Amino acid sequence: MQWEAVIGLEIHTQLATKSKIFSGSSTAFGAEPNTQASLLDLGMPGTLPVLNRRAVEFAVRFAKAIDAELARRSVFARKNYFYPDLPKGYQISQFELPIVGRGHVEILLEDGSLKTIGVTRAHLEEDAGKSLHEDFHGMTGIDLNRAGTPLLEIVSEPDMRSAREAVAYARKIYQIVTWLGICDGNMQEGSFRCDANVSVRPRGDEELGTRTELKNINSFRFLERAINYEIERQIEVIEDGGSIVQETRLYDAERDETRSMRSKEEANDYRYFPDPDLLPVVLDDDFIAEATRDMPELPDQRRARFESEHGLSAYDASMLTASRAHADYYEAVVAACGDAKLAANWVMGELAAALNKASLEIEQCPVSATGLGELLGRILDSTISGKIAKQVFEAMWAGEGSADEVIEAKGLKQVTDTGALAGWVDEVIAANPEQVANYRAAEADKRKKMIGFFVGQVMKKSQGKANPQQVNELLRQRLEE
Amino acid sequence: MHDKTLAQLSAGLAAGEFSSVELTRHFLDRIASLDGKLNSFITVTEAQALAQAEAADARIAAGEAGPLTGIPLAHKDIFCTRDVRTSCGSFMLDNFVSPYDATVVSRLAQAGMVMLGKTNMDEFAMGSSNETSYYGPVRNPWDTERVPGGSSGGSATAVAARLVPAATGTDTGGSIRQPAALSGITGLKPTYGRCSRWGMIAFASSLDQAGPMTRTAEDAALLLAGMAGFDERDSTSAERPVDDYRAGLDRPIDGLKVGLVREFMQQEGLDAGVAKATEAVLEELKRQGAEVVEISLPNAHLSVPAYYVVAPAECSSNLSRFDGVRFGHRCEDPKDLQDLYERSRSEGFGAEVKRRILIGTYALSAGYYDAYYLKAQQVRQLIAEDFRRAFEQVDLVVSPTAPDVAFPLGAKADDPVAMYLQDIYTIAVNLAGLPAISIPAPLADGLPTGFQMIGNHFEEARLLNVAHRIQRETDWHQQAPEGF
Repeated sequence: MQWEAVIGLEIHTQLATKSKIFSGSSTAFGAEPNTQASLLDLGMPGTLPVLNRRAVEFAVRFAKAIDAELARRSVFARKNYFYPDLPKGYQISQFELPIVGRGHVEILLEDGSLKTIGVTRAHLEEDAGKSLHEDFHGMTGIDLNRAGTPLLEIVSEPDMRSAREAVAYARKIYQIVTWLGICDGNMQEGSFRCDANVSVRPRGDEELGTRTELKNINSFRFLERAINYEIERQIEVIEDGGSIVQETRLYDAERDETRSMRSKEEANDYRYFPDPDLLPVVLDDDFIAEATRDMPELPDQRRARFESEHGLSAYDASMLTASRAHADYYEAVVAACGDAKLAANWVMGELAAALNKASLEIEQCPVSATGLGELLGRILDSTISGKIAKQVFEAMWAGEGSADEVIEAKGLKQVTDTGALAGWVDEVIAANPEQVANYRAAEADKRKKMIGFFVGQVMKKSQGKANPQQVNELLRQRLEE
Repeated sequence: MHDKTLAQLSAGLAAGEFSSVELTRHFLDRIASLDGKLNSFITVTEAQALAQAEAADARIAAGEAGPLTGIPLAHKDIFCTRDVRTSCGSFMLDNFVSPYDATVVSRLAQAGMVMLGKTNMDEFAMGSSNETSYYGPVRNPWDTERVPGGSSGGSATAVAARLVPAATGTDTGGSIRQPAALSGITGLKPTYGRCSRWGMIAFASSLDQAGPMTRTAEDAALLLAGMAGFDERDSTSAERPVDDYRAGLDRPIDGLKVGLVREFMQQEGLDAGVAKATEAVLEELKRQGAEVVEISLPNAHLSVPAYYVVAPAECSSNLSRFDGVRFGHRCEDPKDLQDLYERSRSEGFGAEVKRRILIGTYALSAGYYDAYYLKAQQVRQLIAEDFRRAFEQVDLVVSPTAPDVAFPLGAKADDPVAMYLQDIYTIAVNLAGLPAISIPAPLADGLPTGFQMIGNHFEEARLLNVAHRIQRETDWHQQAPEGF
């Protein structure tokens, strides 16, 4: 039988606010345990939550970015369950009335086509603390620094049909939230975590199979592996005559497998009800306008513009909008040199290779975008050749100065003086009588290839500084006279 | 000295007739000699009180005193007080010392008031007789074999017995007004949101409200002025200025339209003596030119059932934080997490608290939520609508505060429903978020009765004005229990 997987994702993005969603404590990562836990974060009796306005603004920006319905009135609810790292005994979340309603994003499939993935909703909530089991023998340590960190939980429709699509969607959401600056995207620190709902059904069936939920996956690679493992597991179970149990499963990256965590029967009844300590969140036009005033051009819009205005291919445009920093860098290079294609080739080629080799992000690039633009300008005005430019780039990377400074200091300026070029040309012709004879004896169409040898010799003599077009021209004149 | 009202003591301090230290000493002595019979205090903070009194005297001497500076008061033990145990009447918090002050506590401290201690209360404010306290029942100074009402029974008794000139209370379904009525004092539940809930241990967050408990309306006006006001730490607190409650106290009330709730007067179980006392207060209102009409609150009979869904639901969630992990009671040698939770909570909470947690948990459970919690919230809307209509016809809605006088200790302790009916006249007010005051009406069989006046939102000033006008012309509020 042909099987089809049906996948939906719930993505928890940690919002990049300075303070927590309901208290003034810092959200900075990595502090000593419980040093960023206020009275409220500790669940002290008598304490009350006050909503962080910034978190709401971030949710509004996200809604706008995915073209979603924005709830003018949303409500915080309490999700009740007992756990030691949940100090109040309930998590404040949004349940019936989330702030972000239906929206959608487009993902690029491998065949180059676009697919629309629906976003069901996105809601604001607080994170729980952390339970530390390793460091305390026979006990559990509780760190409440993370308790109350704002999260935007983004729930997709079950629109994905493969692990690849799921990853493409997760990357798309990642691109959007980091692009908007509402999430720092640090997956190691848990700023972006995915839960995947996976089921399988015979291809062509309308009805959904029983799903399992894979919890807390914090890398794209693991997401793909976990989903693929789970799809295989489910097919195997069904083909062996069994049936899928609705349950929550954990992905074990070390063993590359998913394991049952709890079944539906063991699931909590969370007893949601509106939190009486918080008023409904009412958004007026002014608030929305203010929150979206500085919205950047979104990745899809920018990609389209790179294609239409800059004449880039879909692939190049998509690569250059992988992150806002990439796109900004590229555009600054274009602004400095005026040649989009040359800029694109360099940013995706030489620059990307250098960054990769040094394990640096583009934000940490030692060569500024205007610096690179200046270098490319020297190619365009024939001061140097593309080959020399690579040499100059390496020097710039090493901190030896600007393009012009390096060219000047190393004497790399292209030689265009006809006298100097003619001298090298004459020397090369004199030194290679046999090749000259062969050339002269050859047919016109063969000569084109053969002239390369002489150009190479002249370039060598000039240490790469000779202007190749001029050398070509001079050689042809001399050889054919 | 203890027979003087807060207002009189304030004048005495300003005139230098006595110092705050003398005053504080006097009331501390009274607590020491008399509270053994009453059990109205859980904690007495003598040393801190004397230090605060000295600071107050310095402030008075420097001419920087306000009307509350140097006046002793007691806080219900539901308000968090830094460095002083805050038990909430529960074994669960018998060892709990809050690291911070409630807003109400810090505001009154800043005004220069002197805290004598923390008063007894029903456990987590759940009760109408003060019998559910872990620290034992409070006794009514009018008859120590009777209850003082609850849950602010300690505050009511302490004020009624003149152990303190004023106290704070909290009112979720009548917990200021009913004990005020049963103890013969004045108690005001302000509009929901008028006083900050920051630092007030939550019972039912959408209903809880702090308020003053004093002997007179004038004193209530003074104390409320010190308690009320917007607090950015409480999202439900009202961002509007506080009225000058004292300024309008003497305004004449002729032409005032007063609506007596017909359903409440026809209520089965209304004591004849209480009904008669209510009539007497109405006569006084008429004598001063007010017009009394009957009004109807057709959905008021639904308020007790609605309340006993909403309040337990909220409490079941609010009390989840008492889990033995971070503060409060933790059981000995838990064998695992489940055991830690189960035993800490089983041992820490008393029977009434457990009952309400169970009711609330049930009401919020999947499959029951719509039938109970959602339905109760709809009833709440209907009740608010009843009041809205009533206030189109009248300026104030009035009724007895409680259906009966103080009952003997233990009389209703085993019958929760009978106990819940104690709040039959007060609960609707909380559900609608309105302000209401209970003032002493004539005694019935030698025991206090209360007269309740309900105002529209944020009309505390009017309630205090009318209450003061009644008290100016009558002496019901001046009657004191014998021996105190």
